[in-house]
Amino acid sequence: MSAYRFTVNDTPVEVDVPGMRRLLDVLREDLALTGTKEGCGEGECGACSVILDGAVVDACLVPVCQADGTVVRTVEGLAERAEDGSPVLDGLQRAFLEAGGAQCGICTPGMLIAARAFLDAGGTGSEGAIREAIAGNLCRCTGYTKIIEAIQLAAGGA
Amino acid sequence: MTIRTEPRRAPTLPSSPVRDVPEPLLATPGILAPGRARAFPLRREGPEKLTGEAKYADDLVFPGAWFGATIRSTVAHARYLGLERDPDFDWTQVVVVTAADIPGDNVVSLITDDQPVLVPEGGEIMHHAEPLALLAAQDRATLAAAKRLLTPRTEALQPVFDPETSEHVFAHYEISRGDVDGAMIGAWLVLDGEYRVGHQEQLYIENNAMIAVPEPDGGITVHGSLQCPYYVHKALKRALALDVRAARVVQAETGGGFGGKEEYPSMIAIHAALLARACRRPVRMMYDRHEDIAATTKRHPAIVRHRTGVAADGTLVAQDIEVIMDGGAYCTLTPVVLSRGALHAGGPYRCPNVRIRARATRTNTPPNGAFRGFGAPQVEFAAETHLNRIAERLSMSPLDIRRRNAYREGDITPTGQVLRESVAAHEVLERAAEASEYEGVRDRTSRGRAERAGSGTITTEPLHTGPTRTAHGIGLALAWHGAGFTGSGEVRLASVASIELTAEGDVRILTGSTEMGQGTKTIFPQLVATELGIPIADVQIAPQDTALVPDSGPTVASRTAMVVGGLLIKAAGRLREQVEQATGGSFEDTYRTHAASAGPIRIDQQFEPYPGIEFDDTTYTGDAYPAFGWASCVAEVDVDLDTGEVAVRDVVAVDDVGRVIHPILAEGQVEGGTLQAIGYATIEEMKLADGRYLNDRLATYLIPTALDAPRITAILVEAPFTLAPHGAKGVGELPMDVGAPAVVAAIADATGRWITELPATPERLLAALGSPPEPTPSSVRIGRSADQPIEGGTDPAPDRPTDPVPFRAPTDPEDRADAAEAFDNEPRSNGEKAP
Repeated sequence: MSAYRFTVNDTPVEVDVPGMRRLLDVLREDLALTGTKEGCGEGECGACSVILDGAVVDACLVPVCQADGTVVRTVEGLAERAEDGSPVLDGLQRAFLEAGGAQCGICTPGMLIAARAFLDAGGTGSEGAIREAIAGNLCRCTGYTKIIEAIQLAAGGA
Repeated sequence: MTIRTEPRRAPTLPSSPVRDVPEPLLATPGILAPGRARAFPLRREGPEKLTGEAKYADDLVFPGAWFGATIRSTVAHARYLGLERDPDFDWTQVVVVTAADIPGDNVVSLITDDQPVLVPEGGEIMHHAEPLALLAAQDRATLAAAKRLLTPRTEALQPVFDPETSEHVFAHYEISRGDVDGAMIGAWLVLDGEYRVGHQEQLYIENNAMIAVPEPDGGITVHGSLQCPYYVHKALKRALALDVRAARVVQAETGGGFGGKEEYPSMIAIHAALLARACRRPVRMMYDRHEDIAATTKRHPAIVRHRTGVAADGTLVAQDIEVIMDGGAYCTLTPVVLSRGALHAGGPYRCPNVRIRARATRTNTPPNGAFRGFGAPQVEFAAETHLNRIAERLSMSPLDIRRRNAYREGDITPTGQVLRESVAAHEVLERAAEASEYEGVRDRTSRGRAERAGSGTITTEPLHTGPTRTAHGIGLALAWHGAGFTGSGEVRLASVASIELTAEGDVRILTGSTEMGQGTKTIFPQLVATELGIPIADVQIAPQDTALVPDSGPTVASRTAMVVGGLLIKAAGRLREQVEQATGGSFEDTYRTHAASAGPIRIDQQFEPYPGIEFDDTTYTGDAYPAFGWASCVAEVDVDLDTGEVAVRDVVAVDDVGRVIHPILAEGQVEGGTLQAIGYATIEEMKLADGRYLNDRLATYLIPTALDAPRITAILVEAPFTLAPHGAKGVGELPMDVGAPAVVAAIADATGRWITELPATPERLLAALGSPPEPTPSSVRIGRSADQPIEGGTDPAPDRPTDPVPFRAPTDPEDRADAAEAFDNEPRSNGEKAP
């Protein structure tokens, strides 16, 4: 065991765990950030997507030792906070809510993370580019149509 | 009357969105068709799902909980001799549960008591991945170590894998109307075809998950990912020998179900509860993706054979259909799936002479069960593909043959049901053809096909891929889907939904209907608020907890909006009346003060049979469903002629759902169901060896990504069902029935080859491209020329009378030429077996 330090959603954290423990388990179990989901455990579904130093990664494939010294953003870090601490949806989350981009919601955290990274990198409303950006995130409910609409809405209006 | 809803503007992804202000929270009232709720609320539980705060089963924390695992068979059929434990391991640190530890009945059952919770020692293992024993440990590492050191001992038995030769029949049905054999003799053309579909995995992105918590009073509470709290409740009571109150089931946020969380959660809940009981602490039973695919139910594979007789003008005169479904090792819901399959097998077409014979048999493969569509997607793929092939023989447009045959009001189905109202087959068909510009595109694709064929006639020359290796095609399909439970199912369920006005003045909905993404928690408050005349936000919905809510029946069969939504509207109406009578004022103005003074009110509304809807389960005659939903789909594909890959580019999906309660949610159902159907048609294939799923991982069982998904344009049509207070008929399953045959028709349009076995993988497509083109059926009989038996085929009526129905010559000379050509090509037929 050794201590790993990194930043999660603007908060510095230190965890004392085996270096090969999955970042996904560290987030969910050690840091109680259960918004990041596990769908397959082998990097296929993207439900565990987080932004690590600006890049979208599958947290199930990242041992925590690789996260040492990095900046990690999870779905819990997307919303802003009101004065009473309650979450205020950001433009992307609002667009998902309005366009119907979330159904069962289990892919939604990963989908939002992939979309956030895409928009932060200057992504526009081009349908092809959006499809490419979320190609690593499986959704079984929506047929992707309303997810793409939501990201376009956020790209254009947020 | 059919009302077409206005499709929302720009649903098809403009390349540069111009919207710079977010949409308002509520859509503009006043533009809705009569009977529609007056505004569209945002998804009720949406904010929690979008911030990561929603708690799915695996997100729930129970201090001190242990981890559970299932020891499963590694063979398909064997005598189970017992469990060998490695003597070097300290077994006191784990808990092992076997069949001998089950306090109640060792059965998990919805219809037949044939499936054990755990195979007992000396019992028969019926399929690969069957549960034999359970294991719990305080951490995952110990659990994994112990699991490796438990070895089941078995004695091999002969497995059965072929559903056709299996002698164990779970269910069989025969539906018969008119004189099929006589009508075949008089038919101008008789076409045989055989269609096959394989397993399909529901592939909800959240794996199955259950946590069982022992209660101090001896009861057990289960929290989990599930569709049907009362199915799980019933199963727990029986296996754990618990009374109604001691067993409690609470739905966690559920990450998709699609039918896959209808049955198997009962098994997992019992397993978790058995371990929790043995450990005296909470036990978490979390399946990983591999276990979820390997062990839980799939869509039933099926073989469907059609013999269809048509008149020269394409009018259907006789359908003789055989359906064989593979139930897997245990009965589960197979008889009901088969029933729906049989009832939908003819497709949405008028035909006076119909015989449908359906049977489902047992094989030593994991049990198959519910999956969106529930038996209908299999048979409708066959029916639609067969009809398209008939159209091709007749040189008729696929659109025209449907215009000629699709049901209209007043038509009679194979069970003798008169379709009295709400028949939108033609409406959805025309809308789909119009929105996709079907005929214009088809003209272009036909020319492209002719050019590629070199000679100009695709049917006689092999394809030349040449420089244009991509072939474009367009395909069309039409489907119907019976709304709600089959036959007298709803009457037997006698579901209850309730509304309470609490003493605090809150309106609260109490139902067992679950939210799993489809929008239950959003539309229920919307319907109730509309009926009560109060803001939607003022209507609460109680959690799906068997200690709180009544049994509203399972959340399946597209019945939630139609049946349970209807119950809630009635309950709300009664509540409003009661309050308004007592107060003399409007409900909106008086309910809070009334509740404060008069105390709480609870209205329980039980399902009452729809008047005039009757079905005889013994003869399979009568009103199989109170109403049908109708769907049409047009797909455009690009086929790579060198690699056999199919890319589905554009899809128009038109669905009649009775009444649209919430357009965004309804479109979401259509779009999602359509993509599942496209996956079924193109890439989703379960491969088996010795009764085991080979591709039991997400790396090997593929579902469509955003790059595979086409642009989907959803158009909603409203043909209300007048016996439901809001007219709704359900939306969940409809799109699943119609997508696959549309894709296969588009592939045929592109290549001239019919894929008769799903999915249309590159391998199958390349094989088809390398073989002679249609016609390849076992028999094509054209009028009198078929008096002589057909070589290599089967004569449908060898004992035909000497004076058959007079030959009706095709009216169009071109038809006659094509028909003759079809017959001439017969000796080249191959690849399809005669029934």
